[in-house]
Amino acid sequence: MKRIKRWRRLTSNMRAGRLKSNLFAWMLLLPSLLFLLLFTFYPIFLTLRLSLFQADLSSPEPTFVGLGNYRTMFGDEVFRKVMSNNVWFALGTVPAGIALALLMAVFANKALRGKGFMRAAFFYPTLIPMIAAANIWLFIYTPEYGLMSRVFSWFGGSGINWLGTPGLVMWAMILMVVWKEAGYFMIFYLAGLQNISKELYEAAHVDGVSRFTVFRKITFPLLMPTTLFVSIVALTNAFKLVDHLMIMTKGGPNNASNLLLYYIYETAFSFWDQGMASALTVVMIAVLLLIAAVQFFGLDKRIHYN
Amino acid sequence: MRKWNAMGLTATLGLSLLTGCGNSAGSGNGTGNAGVELAATAAGNGEKVELTYYYPIAVGGPLTATIEAMTADFMKENPNITVKPVYTGSYADTAVKTQAGVQAKQPPDVAVLQSTELFSLLDMDAIIPLDEFIEKDGGDGYLSDFYPAFMENSQTEGKTYSIPFQRSTIVLYYNKDMFKAAGLDPEKAPATWDEMQQYAVKLAGGGKWGLEIPVTGYAYWMLQTFALQNGGNLMTPDGKKVMFNTPENVEGLQYWVDLAAKHKAMPGGVTDWSTVPSDFLEGKTAMMYHTTGNLTNVKKNASFDFGVSFLPAAKQYGSPTGGGNFYIFKDIDKNKQEAAWKFVKFMTETERAAQWSIDTGYVAVKKSAYETDRMKKYAADFPAALVARDQLEHAAAELSTHNNGKIVKILSDSVQAALTGGMTPADALKKAQDEADQALAPFNK
Repeated sequence: MKRIKRWRRLTSNMRAGRLKSNLFAWMLLLPSLLFLLLFTFYPIFLTLRLSLFQADLSSPEPTFVGLGNYRTMFGDEVFRKVMSNNVWFALGTVPAGIALALLMAVFANKALRGKGFMRAAFFYPTLIPMIAAANIWLFIYTPEYGLMSRVFSWFGGSGINWLGTPGLVMWAMILMVVWKEAGYFMIFYLAGLQNISKELYEAAHVDGVSRFTVFRKITFPLLMPTTLFVSIVALTNAFKLVDHLMIMTKGGPNNASNLLLYYIYETAFSFWDQGMASALTVVMIAVLLLIAAVQFFGLDKRIHYN
Repeated sequence: MRKWNAMGLTATLGLSLLTGCGNSAGSGNGTGNAGVELAATAAGNGEKVELTYYYPIAVGGPLTATIEAMTADFMKENPNITVKPVYTGSYADTAVKTQAGVQAKQPPDVAVLQSTELFSLLDMDAIIPLDEFIEKDGGDGYLSDFYPAFMENSQTEGKTYSIPFQRSTIVLYYNKDMFKAAGLDPEKAPATWDEMQQYAVKLAGGGKWGLEIPVTGYAYWMLQTFALQNGGNLMTPDGKKVMFNTPENVEGLQYWVDLAAKHKAMPGGVTDWSTVPSDFLEGKTAMMYHTTGNLTNVKKNASFDFGVSFLPAAKQYGSPTGGGNFYIFKDIDKNKQEAAWKFVKFMTETERAAQWSIDTGYVAVKKSAYETDRMKKYAADFPAALVARDQLEHAAAELSTHNNGKIVKILSDSVQAALTGGMTPADALKKAQDEADQALAPFNK
């Protein structure tokens, strides 16, 4: 009897304690939660709601149309084009950007002389605003006297209009974005490399393991958390980066370089079709949530954290 | 931590879009509003009025200083009116900021926006007709001093909604040195489509092009040149119908496509708006179609002798106009609207219009501006400045309809599809017509 009483007291104490510590945790989270609610969830809710309305120049007052905007969207040729463009853009920039970042990080980590210089050189594209970078690359891609055309003219192929040809413009964009982003990802890899214990390398060295095997069996697996993080950032960036389109192509020629976010911008601020722009934004949020979900529930479990 | 990062990323991104606009407008207007309220109460006593004036800059040069000097002059003449000029970026940025202000019921009092925004602004119920003010200041007598081609984009259904300010047309720039080298008469620009084609072919070669026509962002504007030269304009004056796939327009687009694809006188694919003038200045192209707004730039930077002329004609000469007009907004105090009108009138006064044209290369919007001493003197030194003015006789309204952003995009995409060989001109314009009809359907009910 006595024992049961004691046990009861104990559990109730524990419960109160947990409540207290939970309350404390909630208090700590409150400020950021408040911001999240105010600037993230509330706007998401408003966007979701507006996406069910026809709110464009022909309707002075928004009228409820249910899923009408979504139906129109899936029938819209340009929407299908920007979605497939975005997939290609992601496929082009993410693996290449990550591979280059890893390569640069390993290189910058190893370099004996000029380490600082090397890192600065690799990192500097990240420091330039995208708008400035886009202007530089606009010049690089200029037919005839742009840098790219000059290089190609040594091999006899001159006069390529990189930005003005539907089949080339996406490659031109991908190349620029890889250049722009790799340095940023390199920083994460550099940090990751510093975290790998030197003893592992010494042990491998003693065993006479080849460099490539060391990379394959030690460096690369232990960098997996970094790779995961970087790939998520790269993937979301593939949907977020559009500043360059404004400067370089305006999504052209004939939508060959148009991306979802730029199309949302066009729909909202050039067509003034807010209902449709909201519907497109909902699709965008869904895509990004999907990417995040794959990370949380899929890949995360398979990664070895040291 | 990682998880929060990813969440944060997802979250921030989706939302920066639609809400972002509202926010920025709110904060951007913040200071203006405090002033607005103060001014409103004061104005009741017939004292001080404060105006917020949004203006874009679309051509090169230190024009912010010029605009600010002009507003300062205005305030000196009208001590009870304070004008706050707010530089709002490009035309597109200015439209976005204005629209955000209109939605938040805090519009600017007066703004320069593209003349083609007329129907969008009307559909948003954002602007007022100016006829009442014009009536007081001489009515048709006042308006008749403005070039009719510029007024076309200001008027619909018998009312005038905007006053031309920084206006342009498209002209042909050509490199006289390259003309000489190719054995062409440097004082005679090609006057017809056939001549243009012959000249362009003759001038092309050796890594140089005969002609460049900019496309990115302005495909619809350039197509309008061919449409106007070969037939008529692309839309009805009420902005409710477009005529894209007429045989004349198909022929015009075919001519444009052929210059590159068939005659190799022009670079293939799509050419960037801002690359074209640098190509011209670098001597990479012997001729270019471009806005008169670039005249001052070319004059300053050309290391060779250049000429400016009308665009070549098919059935007739022709060019669309372009550029920005003054609009006065709804939902503001009556005496602010009156003050805004005073300001608009001041900014477009004859002498000022002449000086603005000299400073920028824009065409002066009033006929009388060309009778002023300063303009006569300028034109005597630089006759090219008069070409655009003379071409105005053959000019017509820039493409402007209801749902304008969408219509312009539809047409530009189709023109690009034709230029890059993805579609024939006939198919491209047919597609544009169908899509545009659909986009305009709600306005034809």
